[in-house]
Amino acid sequence: MHLVYPAVLSVLLFCTGLYGVLARRNAILVLMSVELMLNAVNLNLVAFDVWLRDALHSGQALTLFTIAIAAAEIGIGLAIVLMVYRNRGTSDIDRLRDTAEGREPPGGPAPAEKAEATA
Amino acid sequence: MTLAHAVAQTGNGFLSPTGVEIAFLLVGVATLAAAVLTVTTRQLVHAALWLVVALGGLAVEYLLLTAEFIAWVQVLIYVGSVVVLLLFGLMLTKAPIGRSPDADSGNRAAALTVAAAAAAALVWVVVDAFRTTWIDLEGPAQGSTRVTGEILFRHWVLPFEALSVLLLAALVGAIVLSRRSPEGREGKS
Amino acid sequence: MNTTTLAVLVPLLPFLGAAAGLLLGRRSPGFTRPLAVLPTLAAAALAVLVAVRQGGERPISASTRLTPTGSVPVDLALYLDGFAVLAAVLVGVVASCVQIYSTAYLRDDPRYPSYAALVSLFTSAMLLVVYSGDLMVLLVGWEVMGICSYFLVGHYWETPEARAASLKAFLVTKLGDVPFLFGLFALAVDAGTFRITGILGAVATGAIEHPTLVALLLLAGVAGKSAQFPLHTWLPDAMAGPTPVSALIHAATMVAAGVYFVARLLPVFAASAAALTVLAVLAAITMAGAALAALAQDDIKRVLAYSTISQLGYMSGALAVGDRGAALFHLLSHGAFKALLFLAAGVVIHAAGTNSLAAMSRMSGLGRRIPDAYWTMAIALLALVAIPPFAGFFSKEAVLVAAERTALGESAAPVAAGWAVLVSGLLTALLTAAYATRLWLLAFRGRGPGAPDHGRQPAVMSAVLWALAVPSLAFGLTAGFIGDWFDGRPLQPTLTTAVLGTGVALVGGLVTYATWRHTTALASRVPNGAAAHPEPHRKAEPPVSEPPVSPAVAPAPEAVTGREPAYGDIGAAPEPADPGRLLLGPLHRPAAAGFHLDAVYRALFVRPVTAGAELVRFLDREVVDTYVRGAGTGTNWLGWLVRRAQTGNVQTYLSALLAGSVVLAIAVVLVAAGV
Repeated sequence: MHLVYPAVLSVLLFCTGLYGVLARRNAILVLMSVELMLNAVNLNLVAFDVWLRDALHSGQALTLFTIAIAAAEIGIGLAIVLMVYRNRGTSDIDRLRDTAEGREPPGGPAPAEKAEATA
Repeated sequence: MTLAHAVAQTGNGFLSPTGVEIAFLLVGVATLAAAVLTVTTRQLVHAALWLVVALGGLAVEYLLLTAEFIAWVQVLIYVGSVVVLLLFGLMLTKAPIGRSPDADSGNRAAALTVAAAAAAALVWVVVDAFRTTWIDLEGPAQGSTRVTGEILFRHWVLPFEALSVLLLAALVGAIVLSRRSPEGREGKS
Repeated sequence: MNTTTLAVLVPLLPFLGAAAGLLLGRRSPGFTRPLAVLPTLAAAALAVLVAVRQGGERPISASTRLTPTGSVPVDLALYLDGFAVLAAVLVGVVASCVQIYSTAYLRDDPRYPSYAALVSLFTSAMLLVVYSGDLMVLLVGWEVMGICSYFLVGHYWETPEARAASLKAFLVTKLGDVPFLFGLFALAVDAGTFRITGILGAVATGAIEHPTLVALLLLAGVAGKSAQFPLHTWLPDAMAGPTPVSALIHAATMVAAGVYFVARLLPVFAASAAALTVLAVLAAITMAGAALAALAQDDIKRVLAYSTISQLGYMSGALAVGDRGAALFHLLSHGAFKALLFLAAGVVIHAAGTNSLAAMSRMSGLGRRIPDAYWTMAIALLALVAIPPFAGFFSKEAVLVAAERTALGESAAPVAAGWAVLVSGLLTALLTAAYATRLWLLAFRGRGPGAPDHGRQPAVMSAVLWALAVPSLAFGLTAGFIGDWFDGRPLQPTLTTAVLGTGVALVGGLVTYATWRHTTALASRVPNGAAAHPEPHRKAEPPVSEPPVSPAVAPAPEAVTGREPAYGDIGAAPEPADPGRLLLGPLHRPAAAGFHLDAVYRALFVRPVTAGAELVRFLDREVVDTYVRGAGTGTNWLGWLVRRAQTGNVQTYLSALLAGSVVLAIAVVLVAAGV
């Protein structure tokens, strides 16, 4: 089998996941897209492992580890999303903007505030 | 090196695929379509279900690549638990059932641009690099449960154990994070 | 102690006195007076001793080098010739008189300690200039004098006139000092040394390459210090200082320094005929112009100030015709009678309660109130007019003789210089007699109500006046042998110049007297009210506070209020009895204003500088600051724009990050592919 097929499939899956991470609003959907990206990487690992016929099969071992880590990640991630939802009443990523800069016009903030901001 | 020359050298043409290749391509198209639907659908629960399809498709691809243990692990962990977790999450955050018009954020155009550009660049590079590489699937299966078990417990024992500690830590963390109150009773992992 | 040690002590003692006075002045006022008077007196005595020991013999030269100072060495050097020792005697004596006089004159001045210390420092600096055998050390004394004159002229710094006058004195003399400094360096580079002996040796062998340039540069500094045209304008304004300071500056120290310097380095100037001619022309203009201005002044101190400028013109003239003996002779005798004139004028001003001659002319009996000042001032004025046998006669004759010899081609100096000095000198003799007569008549022969009685002036002041009257009377008798102390040239008057000079002086005096009789007769016919002075009674210059004056009347505020009208408008007093007005005719008004030289300077220098400052201010405020502010505002706006990107939306950040990564990756791939 040509290596190009699994490689291209993995690229496309990865980019699909990328799009999902960047475009989805709901945090859980973003997590799903992350899973897609992880799986794209897994596919790549397996394909190259098979192609290289590695004696240690490090590709497959790493795939297993990735799956385990992905499971841990989804658990932690979901816990965080749940807590955010509980505290904020929403799980929409673009509404969680506590790190945004103020929108006052130039010259507005007093020097003391600037000093605090730079400190 | 031209494509025709490469094909002539290896004797494996793109235009005359083998049976495995055709199967891989068909399943791959289905998987990709399911993935695209996962990230574009406006029904949140459907997204989780399309994710099941995509992950299942990937499991089939693993099988076609002779990595059968990985395929079953994929089915078990992803399709069996992760998606279930995600569904639980959706339900716990009171995600709307049915079409929700605001499933996509305002960042969609930028996301599309970046993803398309990344896809174009990566596809170009990957095709350019591996257009003549041939995977020999003949011979003993490289991903059978026996082989995988042997390498895992012969060469990868220590990382494997470390990973189990990581999982335990994640479990504890998730419990701590999702406790409702100091004397919280339930936790999830 | 040998002569060198004594000579070192002469400038050192007043300096130590000044330092001690400044340190102790506030804490222990009891020491101030002894600290001011005793070192100066001791320095004067030592100067006399040094002069006696030196005795006009071969110059004594001693030097020590403290440290190597680069290519041209600087030595602490003494050079004692006849000029130096006699000039030091003059400085010491006049400074002692001034210090003693000041103890009474500024008795109740709150700033007396610092004043006395500055006078001591001034004296010390002048003595350093006199004795120094090294031009760099001389320059130190020269500059110290400049700053001391700034402080002393500005003694009454509460008044704007005093502030302006001190600034003017400082700036104008500094204007001359800059070229002076360049001249010194050029001279030292040419001669390879700052030592006066070395420089004179270099001149003798012709090693000075640009004598004209050096001499002209040095002349600028001399003109500034010695108040020669065109840098003389600071001197009349310097009258804003206390009267003893005027006496010190005019008689012995500041203005004498320039003449003395030229006398010391006369061979350098004599090497350039052009420099001598320039000096002669400047001297001629200075002496005649200043005498004309003196004839028109109303303020008695300004009359004396212009008289000083005029007499300094004589000295410069003597130098221009190459006779430094005559110049020094006139410097010495002038120092004596001009110090006397100023100190007596202080008494007169106090007794009359005004600076204005016009106001004095409306008082009678001023002379009877202050007999000491009356007589001594008469002596000093006679000396100034150069009537034989007073001191001024002999010294002025020495100058005129030197000019005559040059004019007749008997000396090395240019003939044109000789003629300029001779003609101008005779004319000035006439004018000098005129303004001196006018001063005396207006001050002591006034008609009107009696002068106010302020009581007797302190005995100390009278004693000082009489002490100075002695040299004014008798110093001229030394003319027969004092020439041996200088270049050995005889300084006796010759018959022609004596008759000429005395004749024009008598003519000037008699004409003025006749005019005065005429004008007073006219004035007496005018009703008294019509000639009323705009300010009926000007306040006194206050510093002498006699016993009747209650201590509650603080002198300093009175000085502030009393000074302003006296320096108001110079020609404002329409005084019908003033002979100067009739004598000068249409020249009176410009002469009263110093020939509007200040206005010329204002138009030539002050306005362009002010305009330039305005332009610079505009450029700074409007142009440079715009860029500065623009930089600030631009950064602010840029920051505002960048802050717009800080939306808090993680997806936006991530998009930007990944877009950047993709662009970088594509760039790397393209480079690797060699596209």
